[in-house]
Amino acid sequence: MSPARLSVAGVEPVGPYALVRLRRGDVDPGIPGQFFMLRTRATLLPRPMSLCLAPPGELGFLVDPIGPGTRALAELERGEEVDVLGPLGNGFRLDVERPLLVGGGIGVAPFPYLSEHLGGPPAILGFRSALHAEAAALVPNAEIVLEPTYVTERLEAGFDVLACGPEPMLEAVGRLVPEAQLAWEAPMACGYGACYGCVVEIDGRLARLCVEGPVLGGHVRGQTPAVAEGAVA
Amino acid sequence: MILNASGCLDALTAPDVARQLDAFVTKTVTPLPREGNAPERIAETEAGMLNSIGLANPGIDRFLDDVLPRLLELGVPVWVSVGGFSAGEYGDLCARLDTTDAAVLELNLSCPNVAEPEDEATAIVAAARASTSKPLYAKLSPALPDLPAVALAAAEAGADGLSLVNTIRGLALDPRTLRPRLATVTGGLSGPALRPVALAAVHACYRATGLPMVGMGGVETGAHALELIAVGASAVALGTVLFADPGAPARIRSELEAEAAARGLADPAAAHGIAAAGVASSADALSKRTGRVGLKV
Repeated sequence: MSPARLSVAGVEPVGPYALVRLRRGDVDPGIPGQFFMLRTRATLLPRPMSLCLAPPGELGFLVDPIGPGTRALAELERGEEVDVLGPLGNGFRLDVERPLLVGGGIGVAPFPYLSEHLGGPPAILGFRSALHAEAAALVPNAEIVLEPTYVTERLEAGFDVLACGPEPMLEAVGRLVPEAQLAWEAPMACGYGACYGCVVEIDGRLARLCVEGPVLGGHVRGQTPAVAEGAVA
Repeated sequence: MILNASGCLDALTAPDVARQLDAFVTKTVTPLPREGNAPERIAETEAGMLNSIGLANPGIDRFLDDVLPRLLELGVPVWVSVGGFSAGEYGDLCARLDTTDAAVLELNLSCPNVAEPEDEATAIVAAARASTSKPLYAKLSPALPDLPAVALAAAEAGADGLSLVNTIRGLALDPRTLRPRLATVTGGLSGPALRPVALAAVHACYRATGLPMVGMGGVETGAHALELIAVGASAVALGTVLFADPGAPARIRSELEAEAAARGLADPAAAHGIAAAGVASSADALSKRTGRVGLKV
């Protein structure tokens, strides 16, 4: 179990995001919703990223450059190398009859690969701006909603919901569709159960999201506990 | 000899990583189960990372019934890290582990409410020593004002070895909100920032005690491991590097051999203590203080 060193095939802007394409080598793309730990030379720790696209010979990751690790990924040049560990964690269950993809923001990242596996099901994708919504072009059959409209306003009954997005969106989807498969995220140092950094409350106890998730279905994901006194939510 | 640092690997979740090690060190086991701290628990910093896990563990009962038997099946010697909130608790934990197949007991002496480290370390090690015949390693914080004195006190109380170093306290802010990134505000700093701290601590404690030592703190390469051996470590433990590279134990072992060979050394052990010239032997150091020769009480 060692990271594979993959070379960058290209990095393309998608709205405010970056689609980082790596030459796959013999790395298995895994099940949609699983994730990989990606590390450039710029940071000590890798960053968890779900697989966005798996064209022949490549792995594609949609990156939102919000911090040092994600910025370093988004600024990679063709030919540079990235350490890649994975696939890790539990992906989406694909044995669904009427799939509906529900996503928000960078949470749409796993949907292109997921959509391919499910035969292009309908998708409802919410974004904060038209620029961010350019990412919807990667997902077939997507209906786009922009704030202040929320994806939950467009949810209809009778679908098997597979969702990924910000916590408030996932919590709202989970309330409306208790059996929905929800893909969560948390800061991770390792991605394989070693660091205990990614715990979230699952069924009333703290559990490692990298081992028990990141896709949870039929579980009760608790609210993120209060952060440090005086911290800004 | 390459180990993991306590709390940096779950051998049951990643057995292939554990099998690369010469011994696996458990997360610290406490008398009662602990769920650990609320998230956020980790934050990367410029030259390291902070963690505030909070000694999450199943407690000694479940550890003995469920966890340890499965760890022993891995075929790797198991060192059990124990932590309590009084000398009596350490003694009880060691007594319960004495009849198991654990290879070594590591006393985590970096618990938050260890108020007077030197006196407390003596009491804890003595309580543990009286409870078990297993080898005892005392894991100390490099932030102690007089670390060599505490190391010597631990040795005199019956420690067979030392594990150096634990993390040091740090704080990181969210650059946007200027609020702490960790839910507990501060956390333990590990990674490359800790490397010179670890070298200084191992060097000082080796000179003070001559005890066998597991050196750890920011090791990322074989060259880093060789430096710890040169200041007196007899084994090297890997922590933060395991998060980025689960293949690190095998890689670093191979690099370590090559680094020793490149310096004309027969093996890495030939570098042992060469940066700590003039070191007193353990028997010399201890006998000056206690009049005894040897380490065991």
